[in-house]
Amino acid sequence: MRVKITVKKFNPDVDQKPYPRDYFVEAGRGMTLLSALLAIKAETDGTLTFRASCRAAICGSCLMQVNGSQKLACKVPLKEELEHHGKIEVGPMANMPVIKDMVVKMDSFWEKIRAVTPYLVTQEGKEVPTEALKGLHENLHNADGCIMCMACLSACTSAEVSPGFLGPAALAKAYRFQADPRDQAHVPRLEALQGPNGIWDCVRCVFCVQVCPKDVRPMEQIVRLRRLSIDAGFSDSVEAKHITEFTKVVSEEGRLNETKLPILMTWGNFRKMLRIIPLGIKMFLHGKTPFPFKRVPGRDEIRAIFKYWEKAK
Amino acid sequence: MKYALFPGCAAKGATPELYTSTMKVIKRLGIEIVELEAFNCCGAGVITEADPDLAYTLNARTLATAEKMGLENVMTICGTCQGVLGGANKTLQEDESLRERINRALKETTGLEYRGTVEVKHLQWILVKDFGVEELSKFITHPLTDVSIAPFYGCYILRPSRATGFDDWENPTTLEKLIRAVGAYPVEYEGRTKCCGFPVLLEKDQIALSMVAKNVGEAKEKGGDAMVTPCPLCHMSLDIYQERAEDRLQQVQGPEKTLGLPILHLPQLLGLAMGFSPKELGMKRHLVSTAPLIEKIQ
Repeated sequence: MRVKITVKKFNPDVDQKPYPRDYFVEAGRGMTLLSALLAIKAETDGTLTFRASCRAAICGSCLMQVNGSQKLACKVPLKEELEHHGKIEVGPMANMPVIKDMVVKMDSFWEKIRAVTPYLVTQEGKEVPTEALKGLHENLHNADGCIMCMACLSACTSAEVSPGFLGPAALAKAYRFQADPRDQAHVPRLEALQGPNGIWDCVRCVFCVQVCPKDVRPMEQIVRLRRLSIDAGFSDSVEAKHITEFTKVVSEEGRLNETKLPILMTWGNFRKMLRIIPLGIKMFLHGKTPFPFKRVPGRDEIRAIFKYWEKAK
Repeated sequence: MKYALFPGCAAKGATPELYTSTMKVIKRLGIEIVELEAFNCCGAGVITEADPDLAYTLNARTLATAEKMGLENVMTICGTCQGVLGGANKTLQEDESLRERINRALKETTGLEYRGTVEVKHLQWILVKDFGVEELSKFITHPLTDVSIAPFYGCYILRPSRATGFDDWENPTTLEKLIRAVGAYPVEYEGRTKCCGFPVLLEKDQIALSMVAKNVGEAKEKGGDAMVTPCPLCHMSLDIYQERAEDRLQQVQGPEKTLGLPILHLPQLLGLAMGFSPKELGMKRHLVSTAPLIEKIQ
């Protein structure tokens, strides 16, 4: 079966902009996209440029954009991909500067990883006995499964509009060490993640969870970091209050109240309050501000559920 | 088939036009519902950030209530509710020890028991899968010909696909099918499966507004007369914050860049094509005027 593969070619030294080039390969049984690209490079076009090594979804080198999604080329079965999308269009991963064809400049990614103190910080005299590591494996929630392929960062909708965002991989890495009882830098690491580009820049779009080839579920690790932050006392920010005040409003009323939440979240933050007031007035004029004190049916049952878990924890 | 309607906080709060337009449309179509009057918030992915067990118990209460009513299907009209409630249902069905723990809490606090016998479906899926696009087209009395509508799916109705699993997350088609069913053209653009920025609107408005500007701007550039979304939280972000997003866009790209794209809730789009008036569908409540679209239709 002859398969057409359209590659977004680009060499910034020569080309003014990326351009598509069609290649044809004979797709054998079980052929992956990576095998096809290697065949094209060997037989048709030696200038075709991409990173690859293990061919087995272990090294994380061959991440690229395939039919608009971020995928490891070695994990894409050519025929199935073609059946699914009716075409094979390949290009460099998104959100990264291109060096040539599918090869991107990774410096900013490594900087982000380095920014989260991605190693165990230990202190002499504070060694943790081996027994204390019981349960560590479960607590890591597969955060240690990352192969740094950058699928998550290139699919990240927050990083797309805010390139400084540390991004899913680096933050999942941070969680990996926050979850480790041997680490002695829990508070400083969390503190560093509270500012701009840190854990609160995640919009929870779930793209990173969806595209991760190793099921690391970075967004879920970011959520854990947020919970750990609030537990560690980083709870006064508007971001943290989004969680605590939201939960409080629902615990009292059973439902979210869109009039009350913004007020509670920004209470005491004069600049933020000033910013939301004009919009609040517009919403009021359009009948979009529910009465802040509503009695909803079933409220007592809902309150009992909140009380149950408050008592249990 | 009868559905237990889970309206969600937004339809009963800041986007009441979603609730009224939904009721008008499903009544006309003859879809039978029983509303879950005493429903609680699904948690919108926020309560789970505070305490996952708490969020599971709240959602188990909703699901167990529908089970107790003898119904097999819960209808959501919010993309976020669909993702959260549907996702909780899936996890509770699969994870026995979690189910037991949550059921202990549920039983003690409400006397209810979650058995995992209901399915959670968004109206968008119900229309395509259960009701059928062909059947729907019989109710289209005022087709929106020569109108281009940009579909905006939002995140939670698509991802993670292991929990949603109805549409193809990479290349979803249900909104496009419904847009075609009302006689309009679906706009093809990249932003249709991206994020509206709603979850960080108050705390990180520079990120959220960039998302609104990017998605709305792209839809407009590709010829959209309006945008349609199955999620009221996306609606709030894209409609209420569009003017601010335009300001931001103009700061970066110059004053000639404008947005002004009407944002419709899914049932409003259907309602227009069924002959309901914009007033009946609550379009006066939008912050971005729907007048240019209405003019084009009439």
